[in-house]
Amino acid sequence: MAFFLETLFGGLMSGMLYALIGLGFVLIFKASGVFNFAQGAMVLLAALCMARFSVWIPAWFGFENKFLANLLAMIVTGAMMVVVAWAIERVVLRHLVNQELTTLLMATLGISYFLDGAGQIMFGSAVYAIDVGMPKDPLFLLEGMFEGGVLVNAEDMIAAAVAAALVGALALFFQYTATGRALRAVADDHQAAQSIGIPLNRIWIIVWAVAGLVALVAGIIWGSKLGVQFTLSTVALRALPVVILGGLTSVPGAIIGGLIIGVGEKLSEVYLGPMVGGGIEVWFAYVLALVFLLFRPQGLFGEKIIDRV
Amino acid sequence: MFYRENGQFKTSYRADQQIFPIRQDRVFMLLVLAVAFLAVPMLASDYLLRAILIPFLILSLSAIGLNILVGYCGQISLGTGAFMAVGAYAAFNFGVRFPFLPLLVQVLLGGLCATIVGVIFGIPSLRIRGLYLAVATLAAQFFVDWAFLRIPFLTNYSASGSVSVANLQVFGFPIQSALSRYLFCLSVVAVFALLAKNLVRGAIGREWMAIRDMDVAASVIGIRPMYAKLTAFAVSSFIVGVAGALWGYLHLGSWEPLAFSLERSFQLLFMVIIGGLGSIVGSFFGAAFIVLLPVGLNNIPHMLGLPLSVDTASHIEHMIFGGLIVFFLIAEPHGLAKLWSIAKEKLRIWPFPH
Repeated sequence: MAFFLETLFGGLMSGMLYALIGLGFVLIFKASGVFNFAQGAMVLLAALCMARFSVWIPAWFGFENKFLANLLAMIVTGAMMVVVAWAIERVVLRHLVNQELTTLLMATLGISYFLDGAGQIMFGSAVYAIDVGMPKDPLFLLEGMFEGGVLVNAEDMIAAAVAAALVGALALFFQYTATGRALRAVADDHQAAQSIGIPLNRIWIIVWAVAGLVALVAGIIWGSKLGVQFTLSTVALRALPVVILGGLTSVPGAIIGGLIIGVGEKLSEVYLGPMVGGGIEVWFAYVLALVFLLFRPQGLFGEKIIDRV
Repeated sequence: MFYRENGQFKTSYRADQQIFPIRQDRVFMLLVLAVAFLAVPMLASDYLLRAILIPFLILSLSAIGLNILVGYCGQISLGTGAFMAVGAYAAFNFGVRFPFLPLLVQVLLGGLCATIVGVIFGIPSLRIRGLYLAVATLAAQFFVDWAFLRIPFLTNYSASGSVSVANLQVFGFPIQSALSRYLFCLSVVAVFALLAKNLVRGAIGREWMAIRDMDVAASVIGIRPMYAKLTAFAVSSFIVGVAGALWGYLHLGSWEPLAFSLERSFQLLFMVIIGGLGSIVGSFFGAAFIVLLPVGLNNIPHMLGLPLSVDTASHIEHMIFGGLIVFFLIAEPHGLAKLWSIAKEKLRIWPFPH
C-alpha cells in the first residue's frame, strides 16, 4: 500500500510539472489560437539562460551571494523572454494573421528549431546545473499509518506548490483583470476583438511573454531536477498529450490532464510495464490521449466547435 | 524564348488533359530522366552516389508520400518517421522469414504494412483535425519507436533493435555497388513519382484537395470525408513505407530504430514545406535542399578558412531550417516549387511581359 501511495505521489508530482508546461500551451492557444509547438524550446532557452547567467553574473561583478545571483539571473532571463515574445510577434505572427491553424502550427515548429539552435549557440550545449537552493532530501510522510512511511521528494513538493500557485495566479488573472478579459476576447474572435478596440499586437506580446515566464518557471524546476540540456525541450513533447486530454482552451483542464497523465504514466509503468517489457512511459500518455480523442475529440474541458459552411 | 506553347493546339480532351501538355515540358522531363539514368552513372563518383544522390532520391520519395497527406489532403502528420520505420522493419521481417521473396516484393510488402499502420493511426483524423491530429501522429511516432526497441519478434531477436540486410539482388543481378543501388532507387522513385503525379490530378486527388480546402463544404458537395482521408493516409503511408524500406535496405544496410526518429519526421515535414506544399516536383526540391544544406554548411566555411565545429554547424543548421520554415510560410507558402513555376511563367511570356 505504501508503495502504491509512493507511486501515486510520484505521479502527481510529475503530473504537476507536466501541467506547468501544458499551461504554456494552453495560455497561447487560449489567447491567440496558436498551438505553440515552440514551448519546449522556450523552456530550454529560459533554462539555459538562467543556468549560465547565474554563474556569469557573480563572476562579472565579483560577489558570492547565491541568492542574489539567482535573482539577477532570473530577472535577466525574464527580460530576455519578453524580448523573445516581442520578436516572435513582430517577425512571425504579425505576418500570419488569419492564416490556417496548421500553417501557424508549422510556423511555431520553425520557431522552435530556431530557438533551439540560437539558444545553444549563445549559451553552449553542455549540461548545466541550476541550483536555486531547493532541498534534495527525501521526506517521509504518514509514518504512523504505514511501516517506514511514504517516501516523497521534498523538491517535488516545492515544485508542485510553485506550479499550483502559478496556476492559481494565472486563473485569477484570466478571470478578473481587464487584460485577462481582453485575452479571452481575442481567443474567441480576432476580428471582433479588434473592432471593439483591443490591440491585437499588444495582446499577442503579452501572452507570449507570459508563456515565456511560465517557461522560465518550468525550466528552473525541470532544470534543477534533471540538469539543463537539450533533452529538456523534449520534455515538452511529453506534456503535449496533457493539453489534448484536458482540452486546449482550459487552464483547469491542463492541470487535471497533467495529473491524470502523471499518475497514469507512473502506475502503468510500474504495474503494466513489466508485462510488455517496460519503457511504456514514452507512449502511454500519447496513446491514452489518442484513445480519448476518439470518444471526446474536444478533450475533457475543451469547447465543442461546430463547423458551418 | 524557348518556352512558348503557341502553335501547340489540342483537338481532343485527352490531349488537353495529359500529364505534361506543353511539349517543352515533355522534352525537359525526358532530358532529366536521360541525365539521371545515363549521364549521372558515367560521371558521378561513389561518394556522390552514396552520400548525396541515394539519400536524396529516397527522401524525395518519402517527401512525395508526406506531401500527399499534408500538401494535398491537408492532414498534418508528425509521424512520417514511424511509417518509414514500419516499412523498413516489415520488409526486413519478410526478408528474414520468407527468404525466397524477391527484393522488390519485400519492399512492396513493407509498404503494405506501413499502409495498414498508417490507416489505423489515420482513423482519429475522421473526428479530429489540425493540432489534434499532429498529436495523434506523434503518438504513432513514439509508439513505433518503442515497439521496435522492445518487441524482440519485430527485429528478429537482435539486441537493441538493430538489424542488417546483405546480399541484395534483383532479378538475379546483385545490388552491391553504389551505382546499382542508385539505379534501383532511381527506377523505383521515377515510377512512384509518375504514379503519384497521376493520382493527384485524377478524381481522387481532387477529392483530397477539396477536403484540404474546406472539408465541410467538400462533404456537402458529396465527397465522403472518411473515404478521402483514409485513402490519403493509405497512399501516403504506402509510399513512405516503401521509402523507409529503401532507406534501410539500400542506404543504410544496417539500421536501428533511431534512424527513423522524430527528428526524421520533422526533417521530412520541413522538406515538404520548403519544397512546396501540394506539389510533386516540390518534394524533390525540398529533399535536395535539405540534403545539400548540411553538406554546404560543412564545406563552405571550411573553404573560406573558417572551420566550424560540428556542434556549431548543427546549431546553425537548426537556425537556418527554423528561419527558412518561417520565411517560406510567410513569403511563399508554396515553396521552391512556386518559384520554379514563376520562372517558367516568366520564360513563357519573355520578352513581352504584360
